[in-house]
Amino acid sequence: MASRGIRDQVAIVGMGCTRFGEHWDRGASDLLVEAALGACGSAGVEKEAIDAYWMGTLTSGRSGLILSEPLKTGYRPITRVENFCATGSEALRNAAYAVACGAYDLVMAIGVEKLKDSGYSGLASAAGTPTDGTQSSMTAPATFSLLAPAYSQKYGLDEATMRQVLTRIACKNHANGARNPKAQFQRAVPPEKIESAPKVAGMLGVFDCSGVSDGAAAAILCRAEDAHKYTNAPLFIKALSFIAGPADGAKRQDYDYTTFPEVVASATDAYQQAGVRDAREEISLAEVHDCFTPTELVLMEDLGFSQRGSAWQDTLGGRFEIGGPQPVNPDGGLKSFGHPIGASGLRMMYEMWLQFRGEAGERQVDSPRLGLTHNLGGAPGRCVSFVSVVGVN
Amino acid sequence: MGLRVCNMRQCYVMAAILRYGSYVPFYRLDRARLAGSGQGERSVASFDEDATSLAVEAGREAMRGCDQVPSSLLFASTSHPYAEKLNAAAVHAALDLPAAVRCLDIGSTARSGLSALALGAEVASRAPALVCAADVVIGAPSGPRESSGGDAACCFLIGDGPEAGAEILSTASHTEELLDVWRGPEQPFARQWEERFAEQRLVPALSAVFDRCLKDAGLVAGDLARVAVDTAHPRIAVSLARKFRLAPEQVGDSLAHFVGRAGTANAGLLLADLLDSASAGDRLAVLSAADGAEAMIVKATDRIHEIRPQRSVADWVASKRGGLPYERYLKWREILPFEPPRRPDPPRPAAPPMQRSERWKYAFVGSRCRSCGAVNLPPQQVCVQCGAVDQMDSVPFADETARIATYTIDHLAYSMQKPVIAAVVDFDVGGRFACELADVAPESVQIGQELEMTFRRLYTSEGVRNYFWKARPRR
Repeated sequence: MASRGIRDQVAIVGMGCTRFGEHWDRGASDLLVEAALGACGSAGVEKEAIDAYWMGTLTSGRSGLILSEPLKTGYRPITRVENFCATGSEALRNAAYAVACGAYDLVMAIGVEKLKDSGYSGLASAAGTPTDGTQSSMTAPATFSLLAPAYSQKYGLDEATMRQVLTRIACKNHANGARNPKAQFQRAVPPEKIESAPKVAGMLGVFDCSGVSDGAAAAILCRAEDAHKYTNAPLFIKALSFIAGPADGAKRQDYDYTTFPEVVASATDAYQQAGVRDAREEISLAEVHDCFTPTELVLMEDLGFSQRGSAWQDTLGGRFEIGGPQPVNPDGGLKSFGHPIGASGLRMMYEMWLQFRGEAGERQVDSPRLGLTHNLGGAPGRCVSFVSVVGVN
Repeated sequence: MGLRVCNMRQCYVMAAILRYGSYVPFYRLDRARLAGSGQGERSVASFDEDATSLAVEAGREAMRGCDQVPSSLLFASTSHPYAEKLNAAAVHAALDLPAAVRCLDIGSTARSGLSALALGAEVASRAPALVCAADVVIGAPSGPRESSGGDAACCFLIGDGPEAGAEILSTASHTEELLDVWRGPEQPFARQWEERFAEQRLVPALSAVFDRCLKDAGLVAGDLARVAVDTAHPRIAVSLARKFRLAPEQVGDSLAHFVGRAGTANAGLLLADLLDSASAGDRLAVLSAADGAEAMIVKATDRIHEIRPQRSVADWVASKRGGLPYERYLKWREILPFEPPRRPDPPRPAAPPMQRSERWKYAFVGSRCRSCGAVNLPPQQVCVQCGAVDQMDSVPFADETARIATYTIDHLAYSMQKPVIAAVVDFDVGGRFACELADVAPESVQIGQELEMTFRRLYTSEGVRNYFWKARPRR
């Protein structure tokens, strides 16, 4: 498989992001307009300068019209993108390719999700494709909860230690979110509260799960050589990888629920594109898909930040905290932002945008060299994975 | 084989019982906890079971390892899940029977279970008939029927051949237009006339069929090893025993105390229980009283030991979880409303995809790759292991044992009985499948636990009963 990538060919020159949360008084259209105009303002362009759009959403509407109608983009190409929970990143990836190949000069990747209108707990989308009724009824927290006992069993952790590790991840991300004015939850959460929360699935309590929120985020991209026309601090794309796995974890007895092979594949591909040899050393900070606390634990190993079987020790040792050697989810992650599906991947990139421009305030990481965003969709054994590497040269 | 019987100036060959099976659901309700009080317990179908799924479980017991193919399938019940749509078709699909099998629903009276068996015996003189009876008996809260009823199923393969385990010596029927038990389609619960009236009318009806049956079989009551009487009123059985001077060891309802009267399935369940412990040569009578009476006399052959199912009625009775909370029982039977979780209602399954995957959905037929031997669940076109295209053989997995590879307790999933226990299940013969567990308490689940598959109704959406398979701890 050839995967040549577009290293340093495309730059992000403007970004916008709404606050994430329960926007009872605003619909998907309002959020899209705010994120889009925010990105335009950030790049110093009018929306008329945007040649084409890639718009990601899972549940908040179909076709490009859900953006063109509220934003009044006139007669322009808008592609609606969907790839499970990695939808926002997928919009960015396709927008980047469009400028890299020269089809357009200036494009926007934008993602939105209006989850709070459904009245449902957790992520739930209305009936889609007609089925034979034999599909698994497991919810997202149930499928991801399988990671914790499998990991514990494989690496010899007792339940109390695993609980401590998961609590530490939740505490870290909430503490980071407490320093982020865009987050849904802006309060640190004490360990006792995390551990005494009602159970959702397996050993996962409410605080082991990302919240349910509304939000939108947008990025404006151009070819690298044009970047300085728009900003003196562009963010360059070093790698973009997207992998859809064979979805065979629940079909083959050799899958053990301690890894996402799709993440390993997308990370390997992205590092090759970006020329990263040792992710633990070279990636300065990362925004990863902490949909549930054990997901983040396993991702640290799949992304090569920790040796197999040692991410729990790195976590307890503070490696992934702001101020640690490799901050993960400095913006607060899905834990603090909730997970408006189409927006999350671009929200992760928004933190990179701020961090590399030195605009992350209290969360600022010292002189980052390379940043990584990781976006996951599906469930252990049946998922899609996105990895990007970005930097400023 | 088969007995030549001359009756009403015509001679025909009576059929025999080739195979049989029974099923009693896992849960029990203590009668002492019911407002009407009482002794013992009744069996209770789980929230994900109905008459069709019960019939499938009994049918699987009867047909396991059997290479005979019936030419007809009769499904008796007073609680068929569909008022319109052939309920027997789902049983037929789950048992993976050929399309040419004639399927028929029979119902509206508890007696129809034994009547269907007698009818099957007549049909089977030409080709084997599979007769299922299953019921989920619901009574008005605190009423006698709620307490005395039970949920169960039975299934008999009737035919002719040297491998038969019991010959059917005679059958007799008697119909009366009689207001004893009644329920209109608009009523959730059946009503019952006073017991003394029923006794006055039904004892003579039972006597008439019993007399005829004995005469046709050339027997007297004293020749019978055991006599089982299926009736809503215990005093009817007592009167009948007195009238025919049956010895105490001849009569008995071993199940009323542990199961309850299981509607159409009850007579067959009693017969199955007698067959479970019969010796070769034993003559057994089963009688059923409702809207008249029905009787059948069978004689165990020396092959009786070979046709017994894997699990006896007594095994099913012993395998249970007692003490079901009454409020939970009322919710399971939708007598009390159920507060759905804040999750989307499960979608109505669609007819074309259900038909495309019929053998998977109903009979749990998976596939195995001819190229590499890997099991593919659900059946795949391209092998999950080696990628070979169109190299699959269909393989049934319904009777394969499995173990829990991993599991979780899902408090969020949509279910009438939360939490859902979901497991990744590894089959001992290879292959993996993720599904819900049935008949299990969250605190008792363990990795490595041995499981067997069970046919269930996952949910009902827009009136469509969505049947599929779950795994349960071995019973």
